[in-house]
Amino acid sequence: MKKGIFKYPKILRISIVFCLVISLISLTFLIGCSRSENSVIVAGSTSVQPFAEVLAEEYMILHPGVNIDVQGGGSAAGILATQSGTCNIGMSSRNLAGTETKLWSVEIARDGLAIVVNPKNSISSLTIDQVRDIYSGKTGNWSLLGGKKTAIDVVTREDGSGTRSSFESLVMGKTEINARAMVQDSNGAVRQLVADDPAAIGFISLGLVDKTVKAVDLNGIIPTRENVTNGIYNLSRPFLFLSLHEPTGVAKDFIDFTLSDKGRQILDDQGLVTMAVNP
Amino acid sequence: MKKFGERIPQSLFFIIALSALSVLALITIFIFIEGVPLISKVGFFNFIFGMKWAPSLGQYGIFPMIVGTVAVTLGAIILGVPVALCCSIFLAEFAPKKISNLVRPAIQLLAGIPSVVYGFWGLIFIVPIIRNYLGGPGLSILAGSIILAIMILPTVISISEVSLLALPPLLKEGAFALGATHWQTIRTVLVPAARSGILASIILGIGRAVGETMAVIMVLGNAVALPHSILDPARTLTTNIGIEMGYASGEHQQALFATGIVLLVIIMILNGAAQYAVRRK
Amino acid sequence: MRVNPRTTQSIAKAVIWSAAILVLVLLFAVIIYILSKGIPSITWQFLSQIPSDMGRSGGILSPIVGTLAVTLVAIVVATPLGVGTAFYLTEYTRESLITKIIRFSAESLAGIPSIVYGLFGFIFFVIYLHLGWSILSGGLTLAVMILPTIIRTSEEAIRTVPPMYREISFSLGGTKWQTMIKVLIPSALPGISTGIILGIGRCVAETAAVILTAGSALRLPTSLFSPTRTMAVHFYILAREGISLERAYGTAALLIILILLINIGANLLVSRFVAKSH
Repeated sequence: MKKGIFKYPKILRISIVFCLVISLISLTFLIGCSRSENSVIVAGSTSVQPFAEVLAEEYMILHPGVNIDVQGGGSAAGILATQSGTCNIGMSSRNLAGTETKLWSVEIARDGLAIVVNPKNSISSLTIDQVRDIYSGKTGNWSLLGGKKTAIDVVTREDGSGTRSSFESLVMGKTEINARAMVQDSNGAVRQLVADDPAAIGFISLGLVDKTVKAVDLNGIIPTRENVTNGIYNLSRPFLFLSLHEPTGVAKDFIDFTLSDKGRQILDDQGLVTMAVNP
Repeated sequence: MKKFGERIPQSLFFIIALSALSVLALITIFIFIEGVPLISKVGFFNFIFGMKWAPSLGQYGIFPMIVGTVAVTLGAIILGVPVALCCSIFLAEFAPKKISNLVRPAIQLLAGIPSVVYGFWGLIFIVPIIRNYLGGPGLSILAGSIILAIMILPTVISISEVSLLALPPLLKEGAFALGATHWQTIRTVLVPAARSGILASIILGIGRAVGETMAVIMVLGNAVALPHSILDPARTLTTNIGIEMGYASGEHQQALFATGIVLLVIIMILNGAAQYAVRRK
Repeated sequence: MRVNPRTTQSIAKAVIWSAAILVLVLLFAVIIYILSKGIPSITWQFLSQIPSDMGRSGGILSPIVGTLAVTLVAIVVATPLGVGTAFYLTEYTRESLITKIIRFSAESLAGIPSIVYGLFGFIFFVIYLHLGWSILSGGLTLAVMILPTIIRTSEEAIRTVPPMYREISFSLGGTKWQTMIKVLIPSALPGISTGIILGIGRCVAETAAVILTAGSALRLPTSLFSPTRTMAVHFYILAREGISLERAYGTAALLIILILLINIGANLLVSRFVAKSH
């Protein structure tokens, strides 16, 4: 009678040994390099994230051997992660407030905030007061604004979103957003909701507006990159890179890259508005 | 007097067991240490029955989320359990061997599909149907219930089927000998005999529905207000944690742990009920 | 007027068959839909390239590696802990109030929503232990999540080994340790393996516990401390933000195929051992 492990059929024995070997090899490979000085973690605003990812990709091509990892979570999460040291560079899509101002920060671009509705919606123009009344719940039906007789489906971002905070300070002022508004956790999700629901309204990054949604004119001003640049369309917010202390090493290099002509060209191509560098 | 060779394995296993159990204890203690101070600060009744969840204003009432969880789970049970039960009866009693051998692994596959896939599928198929034919934004308690009903089907079907198959064949033969039709036998003899297992499967299904997060985040709309109808968007206890945990800090974070305590208590009650149901055999 | 029992039987049969057909239709609707939309995207490039341009182009190599890495860490940590604990509980302790409490706790912890594990993992591993968003954080969180299940299923499997096996072994002069190796483990292996495979399945499909512990970085992880995306997280982000539906479906299809393979493996394992033990 065969004993121990030899009781099992040959194929099983081989596969067990195979799995063990693979596991051992992978583990040694993974344990191999522990956290190196050449890796930078960038975390925070989901609005800034896609742009940071493109910048990181480009940077890593130019500087092989350096690792830049971009993580989402929202502006508030990014600020927290920066303060706790969980990330090297934080991303925020709103201005810092209160104790947050102790962090080192630099503005890498400006992003317009677009109010979007479904393309099937007949309304193309709203005033800021009207938007505020919609979001507070005061105006509940599109017919009150000249549209179809359907209830307005209000879409907002989550509490920790920089986009939402910017929206609140620029549009809502002291008025609270209606508790019945639907909450989505990223620009893309808001855009998709508005694109699917004829009665929806939402706010997203201007750079993310595409054919699936319609950006309304605010107080008669068309939301375009030019109008954001020259300040006529004033619903815009800063994209910030944050750091606990003055950045050093690879983090500093990456931030410098972002602020350089090459970095700003990348951001401009993606639809953001970058400031001119003072000579 | 144990041989020396026996002590080493015993101590080894003891250390292993101790480590594992300490880890599990760590979680429980962690959740309680973080959550209890907040519940006592806000007040138990204010927390559980408070209508307003507004962390930036320091308000932590989770009642709308409790209503959301209950509504969505209830809907899932009402929609899912009858179908699941019929299907398990089908597999145990009516299905020819060939079909049941095909259907069983398929249901097993359904059980393993990631919840985000279900959520996305619901977003594409269920939500537009609700929006276009029933009204509202489509992201609603109804959408959540339908998706959860589909997700708990495998659990309820497989465990109920096992309970039915585990019955002694004598029961069925006896009923037939008395002249009962197949359906009469199922209805009056088999199902009642298997009821403790069926009940346990339903309770496990409830547990799964209560604990689901990602699929629900995608189809429920996540509004903080108390829902008034099944076509309204809502939040559940789990989605509340899911949406806010990335950026919550201080009190806010403690409130999320407190929500975790509530969930833990719910699961413990459900488990106790399931064990009681099984013991009543 | 009494209704003919044959009529009620026909009606009941019709209802039951419809229920079964409904379930099958749903099965098709979900699985076939995803597979049909996703399989065309699964090309060799898809499997071998990493995502680029936020995931709009490229493949899913890094999410694949991420999923395997995180699952591996979870299994390597949870299996010895879980099976060892199960052995200790069944073989070295007497049935008492303590063991009942432990069993009930393991049962309850197995049922906690995964998001609570995610919250714990995020606060404890990522922030408190300074492990950051990493394979380690994600894997350890998942390990903690599947530990109760492995303990439970292993304990169940060991306990159902007929006492006769143990008695025979002891009567032949075997020690507890020898009994364990030669008798208990082989008999309980199907049950234990099922628990482990259930755990693997859960790790692969998990999103809530992983998205904030392993992170959502796009590049290929180079160490246990690298952040990474798992396939489920990648799918969630792609689908939610509408970045690339094509690749989202491809990821989902790959996930479903992976789950299918895991299930088939599990079934084969169980049926093989069941056949052998007869």
